[in-house]
Amino acid sequence: MNKTVPNADEAVKDIPDNATIMLGGFGLCGIPENCIAALIRKGVKGLTCISNNAGVDDFGIGLMLKTRQVKKMISSYVGENAEFERQLLSGELEVELIPQGTLATRCMMAGYGIPAFYTPAGVGTEVAEGKEVRVFNGKEYLLEHAFEADFAIVKAWKGDKAGNLIYRGTARNFNPLMAMAGKITIAEVEILVEVGELDPNEIHTPGIFVNRIFQGEKYEKRIEQRTVRKA
Amino acid sequence: MALTKEQIAQRIARELRDGFYVNLGIGIPTLVANYIPPGMNVVLQSENGLLGMGPFPLEHEVDPDIINAGKQTITTLPGSSFFDSAMSFGMIRSQRIDLTVLGAMEVSEEGDIANWKIPGKMVKGMGGAMDLVASAKNIVVAMMQTNPKGESKLLPRCTLPLTGKRCIRKVVTELGYYEIKDGAFHLIEIAPGVTVDEVKAKTAGKLVISDSLREMQL
Repeated sequence: MNKTVPNADEAVKDIPDNATIMLGGFGLCGIPENCIAALIRKGVKGLTCISNNAGVDDFGIGLMLKTRQVKKMISSYVGENAEFERQLLSGELEVELIPQGTLATRCMMAGYGIPAFYTPAGVGTEVAEGKEVRVFNGKEYLLEHAFEADFAIVKAWKGDKAGNLIYRGTARNFNPLMAMAGKITIAEVEILVEVGELDPNEIHTPGIFVNRIFQGEKYEKRIEQRTVRKA
Repeated sequence: MALTKEQIAQRIARELRDGFYVNLGIGIPTLVANYIPPGMNVVLQSENGLLGMGPFPLEHEVDPDIINAGKQTITTLPGSSFFDSAMSFGMIRSQRIDLTVLGAMEVSEEGDIANWKIPGKMVKGMGGAMDLVASAKNIVVAMMQTNPKGESKLLPRCTLPLTGKRCIRKVVTELGYYEIKDGAFHLIEIAPGVTVDEVKAKTAGKLVISDSLREMQL
């Protein structure tokens, strides 16, 4: 089993205009930097992006907003991005804001093959508009649906050529959920090894969920809020 | 004197108990971590996927792969664990979190909370706040009692889009500690040097002064 592709450009080359794509990461932590750069080089347009955040003005998904490649963002939190807020308030960009736990579970359920589920987040708020409400044990819940995404693009720390993935620290976040949820899943990793070099006990995403894998380069791993304490 | 933000956090820290798993929101809530009593075992959850959050790193410890939900660099502690975002909200929805502290723009006398959107002006999103308020069993709101325009944030009804309905029972501001029940804010503790008249002037919602009103101890 060999799922490797040479680079990010090869990995994303068949993503068409108007595709729905999932992008892993929380803030700028654990984002697929190489694939985002490749999507910008490719110039694909009209994308619907499912991602917890929208990057910052000059990094992450923020770069794709600048080039107007994104038609719609589906996220839970989009602060820290002035261009995003401008496009949103002017109506150029469509945005669907979703509670973070609901966003995560909608990814997870897609990967688990379960079409819908009930969750209490958003009951009695504008998030509940148009959604079925059902009472379980005296408490109200909203019906939410699994996402459908044409592509999931995730970033892992280590991977092997069969697509098995291991994440590192809080860079895990949405990545393993999205890896299971895309019709086609693309994984970029910092370290790509031969099959057999990873300990099966330590694998977070089994290779069955991954269609393409490559070793990314020049990871910047930008820090949004560098905060240190004095010795 | 009204409390400082640090003192609001200090008061909330008195709600901590040994063995608690705690989720702290961004802003004043984050400061609560500075007042965990020595020797008390409290585990901080960061909803982006870390249980057992440690202090901010020393310069040489900074790791871009280890951040908190406010996107700040952070450290782990012995016994920490990492997990994905769905599991993280599983901890929240299944009520494993003993105490949740979050900020707010408005709280109503019915216990409604608004903290994610100002239509036409500010749209940042709810992040994990809606999940937290819908499921957490013990929530404390930490906030200033008035907005920058000097208007009360303790209201009969929220005017901003809601984050959750009838979910808030405790609020700590620079003026006092309130419990919300029977459609009113019950002033239980008043900040040292603050008068009941000042509290009344800055509370737009229904206010009940507790029979057992006491001065807040920090």
